[in-house]
Amino acid sequence: MLEIKNLQVKLEEEDKQILKGVDLTVEAGKVHAIMGPNGSGKSTLSYVLSGKDGYEVTGGEATLEGQDILEMEPEERAAAGLFLAFQYPVEIPGVGNMTFLRTAVNAQRKARGEEEMSSTEFLKVVREKAKSLKIDAEMLKRPVNVGFSGGEKKRNEILQMAMLEPKMCILDETDSGLDVDAMKLVADGVNALRGEGRSFLVITHYQRLLDHIKPDVVHIMANGRIIKTGGPELALEVENNGYADLIEEEA
Amino acid sequence: MALPQVKQTATDARLAALSLPEGGWSRPAREAALARVQAMGLPGGRDEYWKYTRPDTLTAVEAPSAAVLEVGDEAPVFSARDRLKVVFVDGVFSAEESDELALEGLTIERLAEASDIHWAKDLYGTLETNGQTPVERPLAALNTAFATDGLLIRVTGKVEKPVHLLYRHESDSSDAILHHVVKVEEGGDVTLLESGPAAARFNKVIEVDVADGAGFHHVRVQGRDHERRAATHIFGRLGTESTFKTFTLTVNGVLTRNEAVIELTGDDAAVHVAGACMGDGDFHHDDTVFITHDAVNCESRQIFKKVLRNGATGVFQGKILVKPGAQKTDGYQISQSLLLDEDSQFLAKPELEIYADDVACSHGSTSGAIDEDGLFYLRARGVSRGTAEDLLTIAFIAEAVQEVEDESIQTEINELVAAWLGRRRG
Repeated sequence: MLEIKNLQVKLEEEDKQILKGVDLTVEAGKVHAIMGPNGSGKSTLSYVLSGKDGYEVTGGEATLEGQDILEMEPEERAAAGLFLAFQYPVEIPGVGNMTFLRTAVNAQRKARGEEEMSSTEFLKVVREKAKSLKIDAEMLKRPVNVGFSGGEKKRNEILQMAMLEPKMCILDETDSGLDVDAMKLVADGVNALRGEGRSFLVITHYQRLLDHIKPDVVHIMANGRIIKTGGPELALEVENNGYADLIEEEA
Repeated sequence: MALPQVKQTATDARLAALSLPEGGWSRPAREAALARVQAMGLPGGRDEYWKYTRPDTLTAVEAPSAAVLEVGDEAPVFSARDRLKVVFVDGVFSAEESDELALEGLTIERLAEASDIHWAKDLYGTLETNGQTPVERPLAALNTAFATDGLLIRVTGKVEKPVHLLYRHESDSSDAILHHVVKVEEGGDVTLLESGPAAARFNKVIEVDVADGAGFHHVRVQGRDHERRAATHIFGRLGTESTFKTFTLTVNGVLTRNEAVIELTGDDAAVHVAGACMGDGDFHHDDTVFITHDAVNCESRQIFKKVLRNGATGVFQGKILVKPGAQKTDGYQISQSLLLDEDSQFLAKPELEIYADDVACSHGSTSGAIDEDGLFYLRARGVSRGTAEDLLTIAFIAEAVQEVEDESIQTEINELVAAWLGRRRG
């Protein structure tokens, strides 16, 4: 599904190398987790894959189902099936959540040459999906993420994911700022979307999210590289011993 | 006091080219207004109040030529609404295109035809005169003196249908001066809609007297002929527990100066003055607002949003004056511009002058580019760059558009904005 080979990235505005050769393959239908200390390059990886400005790819490649995504505009990557659940979802005053969702769904459909969703059908689907994420009608009416609590913002991300039905979902520290109940709600939302060949890349600091979203593969990232790959037990090892041992081992 | 020579010459030349209408009952008011213009002189480039907007084309003897924009079979705004339509073509009333001047809850007549004994006699030019202090507005006095026509509307009840003044521009050299008077009597409520480019050069005054407990709603869409010029004034006086809401959308026009001069004279009244404009290229748009609080527990809101690109200029001069004794005043003023490139400019002069000690007044003014984080967020969800920019632009002006009470009119306004954005994108 997602194949990253020797990806090297620096900041556009300063001479700072962030990713120093990342290799990663996520197979269709699998859940991969990336763990790592602050500043290891996890969030940069998610931004570069989704096309945010401010980064320069200095080497390597990234493909989604064989298509080179690094050359695409962010909206083209989205239409190709890539989705980033933001660590800090952006507030957009003045744009209603429903308008936003409907514009996004139909823009992607149009880009893929599919028919747009009618307003009746859209309403029906969005209500159903919102309900399972405990998102009420009021939240759907409000401007995008404005005045939402941390938990509401993250649930809103998952709602967008559910509506857009991407093939490859990247969750950037979706657990940050969530209490236990909110985390469970979000994890249930993600788990409901597992299967059907959909892949996930879950970026997190902590093992606790992985108790709820069980990964197939766990990667440890440090200093701009993947330094270790293993099964779910690797996450437990980090939880018990921290990253220091692993980083030392690699050095 | 003698006027500076340049100003004297310009004023004399302009006045010599105009003739005072016979006017009947309005004649004394017109003569008094002419005397005011002669004393003040027409605005000049050195006047502080015209620091950001050049008045020369507005005061010139001849109206600078302005091509008529061909819009094809595009339906004019508000035309699908059930309303009383009154049409002026280049400032001349069109009986043929207008509805019969009759509507339940109000009386409506033309200024040019109003009989000798008239209720408007006490109002015509009165609010304009009050609005001349502390800042002079000579173009409004010129209008009172020389207006060729206009509507006199007396509202006695809650009027269901809006009155729609549709202005059409058909001649490249037309120079129109219209003066409307609206008197909303106790408990009355009316909505006035205005649309269209009016003339190559348009000088318009509306005086609105809102009595105790009455309501006045005004929504204006200034026509998008690229070369037209307009200087407009709306003077308002509010009684106890009355409401006055005005919103203007301006797209294009080479020069627009919209002044709103509102006085809160009765307790517990509320005035909202809002505007959104979208300009491109040699577009110059000036919103000048002066709100006077002279009563207790009144609310005023000024909300202005400007979207500018390709060297367009936006101006905002907004003032809140709180007079001694106007306690519990709640004043709010915001003026913001969205600059879509580095060539455009926004000039703002927000002012507060407060002589009471128990008031809450806030003001703010910002200029900025489109929010890159919001843009990326939308694009990451699959929305194209162009559509994302449009959404953020509509969102930017939303706070002003939301001042329109009727949601169906809000929708119509947003459609006009979307159409403008669409045309710009080509």
